[in-house]
Amino acid sequence: MTDRIPGFSTLAIHAGAQPDPTTGARATPIYQTTSFVFDDVDHAAALFGLQTFGNIYTRIGNPTNAVLEERVAALEGGTAALAVASGHAAQHLVFHTLLTPGDEFVASRKLYGGSINQFNHAFKSYGWEVAWADPDDISSFERAITPKTKAIFVESIANPGGIVTDLKAISAVAKKAGVPLIVDNTLATPYLWRPIEHGADIVIHSATKFLGGHGNSIGGVIVDAGTFDWTASGRYPFLTQPRPEYQGIVLHETFGNFAFAIACRVLGLRDLGPALSPFNAFLILTGIETLGLRVQRHSENALAVARFLAHHPAVAGVSYAGLPGDRYHALAETYLPKGAGAVFTFRLKGGYEAGVNLVSNVELFSHLANIGDTRSLIIHPASTTHRQLSDEQKTLAGAGPEVVRLSVGIEDVADIIADLDQALAKV
Amino acid sequence: MNHDQYPDAYIRAILSGVKTVAIVGASANPARPSFFVTKYLAERGYRVFPVNPGQAGKLVAGLPAYATLADVPEPIDMVDVFRASEHVPQVVEEALALTPLPKVIWTQLGVRNDAAAATAEAAGVQVVMNRCPKIEYARLSGEIGWTGVNSRTISARRPQRLGQGVQRLSIDRPGPTRT
Ligand SMILES: Cc1ncc(COP(=O)(O)O)c(C=O)c1O
Repeated sequence: MTDRIPGFSTLAIHAGAQPDPTTGARATPIYQTTSFVFDDVDHAAALFGLQTFGNIYTRIGNPTNAVLEERVAALEGGTAALAVASGHAAQHLVFHTLLTPGDEFVASRKLYGGSINQFNHAFKSYGWEVAWADPDDISSFERAITPKTKAIFVESIANPGGIVTDLKAISAVAKKAGVPLIVDNTLATPYLWRPIEHGADIVIHSATKFLGGHGNSIGGVIVDAGTFDWTASGRYPFLTQPRPEYQGIVLHETFGNFAFAIACRVLGLRDLGPALSPFNAFLILTGIETLGLRVQRHSENALAVARFLAHHPAVAGVSYAGLPGDRYHALAETYLPKGAGAVFTFRLKGGYEAGVNLVSNVELFSHLANIGDTRSLIIHPASTTHRQLSDEQKTLAGAGPEVVRLSVGIEDVADIIADLDQALAKV
Repeated sequence: MNHDQYPDAYIRAILSGVKTVAIVGASANPARPSFFVTKYLAERGYRVFPVNPGQAGKLVAGLPAYATLADVPEPIDMVDVFRASEHVPQVVEEALALTPLPKVIWTQLGVRNDAAAATAEAAGVQVVMNRCPKIEYARLSGEIGWTGVNSRTISARRPQRLGQGVQRLSIDRPGPTRT
C-alpha cells in the first residue's frame, strides 16, 4: 500500500499551498511582513535554537516564500528547497555551504555568462577556485578533479542555448570523486527535465526565467535532492561539525536528508542575507501554476521557429537540440522527450551587420537581455552582453559576431514567425 | 508491515492516536536530536517521559526522567527509541514486558532492526522504524512546509491550529462537517 503520487500539473498548483489556517484564504497570501510574533518566550527560544519549525524574521524564512520552496522541491523531486533573491544568490549560498577558502570546484565552461563571471571573479576573492571542463568531453571533468575538488557544477540545458549536458555521465564522475553534482535547471525547468532522476544532488534555478515565467520578478531557488552522504568524506564541515552559532547542533544528524537546504538557510541566507521579497515569491508561485502549459507551448513554438529558420536563405545554421541532425539531438531524445526548451541560437550569413539589423527590425520580439518570458525575446550577444570580448573569445563562448539568441515566447507561433520573416527580409 | 515505506495514513493514525510517549535515550544536551524531539512532542500536547538511566530523577527538557521503561508511572502508548540498531531487541524486550503493552514502538532515523520489529509485531504492537516522529508530525500537520521541506502531501483542507499559539498545527485535518 503506497500513497498516490500526484502528477506534475497537480503539484504545480497545489504543492506547498494550503488554505490559510487563520482566514481560510485559498490563494497563497502575500505575508508582506518583516517579522512574526512568538507564542511565548519558550517558543521564541525553541525557534532560535532550531528546535521547532516556524517563522521568526523574513530574512530567514517567510510563509509565502515557504510555499514556493516546497512547491519547487516537489516539482524537482527533492527533499526541501530554499528560495532566495536571485539565481546568482542561489549559486552563492550553495558554494558558501560547500566550500572553504582554498577549495576547488569543477564547472562546465558552457554556462550563462553571468555565472562564468561569478565563478572567475567574485568567487576568487573568497578563495574558491573554479576549474573549467568541457561538457562535450566528459573526460575533461575527470581530469579537472583534484584532492581539493568539493563539487561539480553544470547547466542541464546550457545558456545561450542549444547545448544538452549528459547528466548521467557527469553524475558518474561526481560519484567516483565523492562530490555533489550541482545542476542549474533554469532553461529546462522540471517540466522538461528532472535532474535528480539522473544523479543531481543539488538543483538550482534562476526563478527569474521560466518558473516565474512572465518577466516580472527576480528570484532564485536551491533544491536539496537529499541524496548526498555528507558524512562519508568528512569534507563538508557545515553539515557534519557541531555549529557554534546553534549551541553545537550537527545539522545532518538533526535534519537528515534535508540538512543541506537547512544549512543554506540557517548558515547562508541568515548570515549573507539575500532574502527574496514575499511579493516576488507570490508572483513566481502564480507563474508556476501554469508551468507545464507554458513550457509545453514554449517548446512547441521554439521547434516551429527553429524549423523555419533552418530553411531561411539568410540563415547559416540553427543550434537547437529539438531539430533532427543537431549535434545534441540524441541527448535531447534521452533527456528531453517532451521538448528541447525555448532558448536557442542561430547564425546569420550576413555576420555582425546582419545581427544588428535583425534586432533593429523586429517588432514583436523584444530586444533585451533575459530569457523565459511569455513574450518572445531576442539578443545579438556580440553587440551587447559579449561586446567587450575579442572575436576569438566571442566565438569560443558561442557568441560569434553572426550569432543571435532567441527565447521563443508563447504568442501565436504564426505571428512569431511572421515577425522574424519580415525582419530577416531587411538584413 | 513493509518497513521501507509507510503510507501517510498509517503514520497519521499512530500520531493522532497515542497520548503518552516514552523517549528511550533522551539526552539532556539541548543540541541532541533526542532533546529536540522530547521538547517538540511535549509542546504538541503529548505526555512525554524521557527514559535515560544517567538522568533518572532529573529533568530532561523540563520533564522528569526515568531509568527504565518499567519505572514510568503511567501506561505508555508509544516507545520512541534513540538507541543504535543493535540495542533495539533489548528495548523491545523491555517494552513487551510492560502491562499494559504499548501500542507502538518507533525507532529514530537511521535505527532499524527487522528481527526486533517482527517480535514486536507478533505481540500485536505496531512498529515504525528509521523515521523521526517530529519530522513526521510536522510533515503531516503542514508545519514542516514553513521550512521549505517537501511534505509529499497536498490537501485543499484548512490546517487546524493547535491550542493557543499561532505557530502550532494539529495533526488532524477534518473535512467539512455536517450540521
Ligand atoms: C542559466 C542561468 N543561471 C543563472 C542565471 C542568474 O540568475 P539571476 O539573474 O536570477 O540572478 C541566469 C540568468 O540569466 C541563467 O540564465
